[in-house]
Amino acid sequence: MSAYMNALVALPVILPLLAGALSLAFWRSSAAQKLLGVFGTLALLVVSVHLLFETWEHDHIVMHMGSWHAPFGIVLVSDMLAAIMVVLTGIIGLATAVYSLSDIGTRHERFGYYPLFHLLLAGVNGAFLTGDIFNLYVWFEVMLVASFALLILGGERAQMEGAIKYVTLNLVSSMLFLTAIGLLYGLTGTLNMADIAVRLAEVEDTGLVTVIAMLFMVSFGIKAAAFPFFFWLPASYHTPKVAVSALFAGMLTKVGVYALYRVFTLIFNQDVDYTHEILLWIAMLTMLTGVLGAAAQFEFRRILSFHIISQIGYMILGLALFTPLAIVGGVFYIMHHIIVKANLFLISGLTYQLKGSHELRELGGLYRSHPMLAVLFMVPALSLAGLPPLSGFFAKFIIIRAGIEVEAWLAVAVALVVGLLTLYSMVKIWNEVFWKAQPAGFGQTPTPVRPLFWMWPPIVGLALMTVMIGLYGQPIFEMAELSAEQLLDTSRYIEAVLGADYVESLQEMRR
Amino acid sequence: MEIVMALVIGFLYAAALYMMLRRSIVKLVIGLVLLSNAANLLIFTAAGLVRGAPPLIYPGDLVPPGVSADPLAQALILTAIVIGFGVLAFAVVLIHRAYEVVGADDMDKMKDTDT
Repeated sequence: MSAYMNALVALPVILPLLAGALSLAFWRSSAAQKLLGVFGTLALLVVSVHLLFETWEHDHIVMHMGSWHAPFGIVLVSDMLAAIMVVLTGIIGLATAVYSLSDIGTRHERFGYYPLFHLLLAGVNGAFLTGDIFNLYVWFEVMLVASFALLILGGERAQMEGAIKYVTLNLVSSMLFLTAIGLLYGLTGTLNMADIAVRLAEVEDTGLVTVIAMLFMVSFGIKAAAFPFFFWLPASYHTPKVAVSALFAGMLTKVGVYALYRVFTLIFNQDVDYTHEILLWIAMLTMLTGVLGAAAQFEFRRILSFHIISQIGYMILGLALFTPLAIVGGVFYIMHHIIVKANLFLISGLTYQLKGSHELRELGGLYRSHPMLAVLFMVPALSLAGLPPLSGFFAKFIIIRAGIEVEAWLAVAVALVVGLLTLYSMVKIWNEVFWKAQPAGFGQTPTPVRPLFWMWPPIVGLALMTVMIGLYGQPIFEMAELSAEQLLDTSRYIEAVLGADYVESLQEMRR
Repeated sequence: MEIVMALVIGFLYAAALYMMLRRSIVKLVIGLVLLSNAANLLIFTAAGLVRGAPPLIYPGDLVPPGVSADPLAQALILTAIVIGFGVLAFAVVLIHRAYEVVGADDMDKMKDTDT
């Protein structure tokens, strides 16, 4: 593999770190930080799209950091799933960076918004690309620390309260993750995920392996906001600035889902009947509790927050069913969900800027005053509920089809009912915010911190993407298909990371 | 020795969880500290306790002689301690600010965002 390809795998981590460091250097210059925000994320998007195409061509791209060969050094691995996630990070990064031009005022910039923003992106990309389990923990922490600071930027009371819950539960999750890593290292003597997968097959004490698997499940379940660990999410996601909310809603919980996908396909695939049965129940309950929680809410962003939870259920369902088609559906769902959910949060921010409230009761009349915005809301909202021909329809269709194939009738029923209830929530927002007349006494447009112009391009762009995924789903489906193939055929990943010679010598030692 | 360590670690986890279930946010942070220390000790113990055998390689050799302590586990703990320290510093500032804003050291008073 050429030096260029090596660098390409590391660039999605290096670029945001560099942009963040430069933003720090230009601490006093708001204009320079904004430029770095937009062009840094644009460069990230270009690089990650390039990485995706290269990965498509070469199956796996592996970089041994500092030329310390795996399993001794840390590796960065780009397979289809990781590359897809990195591209999505680039898309959401660029969208929120542009949106921030209008949403983030001087005060928040002074608190260090842009450096933290880049640090978060670096942490997220690092978590996607790393092939080392302890390194994954480190990237999680990088991401968490940046998200903590972004969450409390501004220092309002609600933010403090939300942050305490967010910080505590995420730290507990990290500690469980660390505990699980410690036990896994004691059992296998290695940290490289591919090497762990090889060595774990030889471990005789399968009971202990299952215990470790459960620790990982709980830890990543908290990060992914799965049932019954999701309580930190609706308590905190509606408190920060909207650009921050959108970034969190798009990327953070999906890092947890990604980690579940990685660990429960590559490492813990010995006792699928047991572990994935539990995942199946988690998935169903996550879908149900999330959507029911949303039905009870009357605050724009809180409704959306609860819908993140219910959508996480679909993604975990894809993993839990554990057939090739189900994994395809799960990956497709992740792609669709990140774009749609971030867009809905961005729209909620724009309605706030126009009407001065996030409460549904105080909003109204936007269809009359801003029909374009109403249309732009309909696209992601209907896509979230799964109406054809938008992206959400195909995502749900693939997963439900996979459920029917393995005759998981209960899961299929839950998925369909939750789709219907999602539509109910979206129609509720539509009725309250856009359709009904403006209630008297509310609807004062607040003095904007910045001109609102830059809020529009990201919303339009993401809505177009939602439509495009629906209308031209074939290449997206192919990408998801290839990533599912790679996830289920773990020998490809293992050989790409460790090299065929090493795997052979290990097998000989076993004989 | 492993038995003693296991008991200590178990006690630390239990104490940490107990502290985190209290209403006071100061005790919450103390619980987080105990939790991270418990996890670090667990890595230390799980990697195998070896006494008086530093992993030193003599000139000319390629591997250390006999059984030696595992340096990797200690490197992991070192990393985890540094990260834990940074996060703890943030948590302390956070509860201080929360105390200033809310005016109480009590989780039950922090329900504004839950309704």
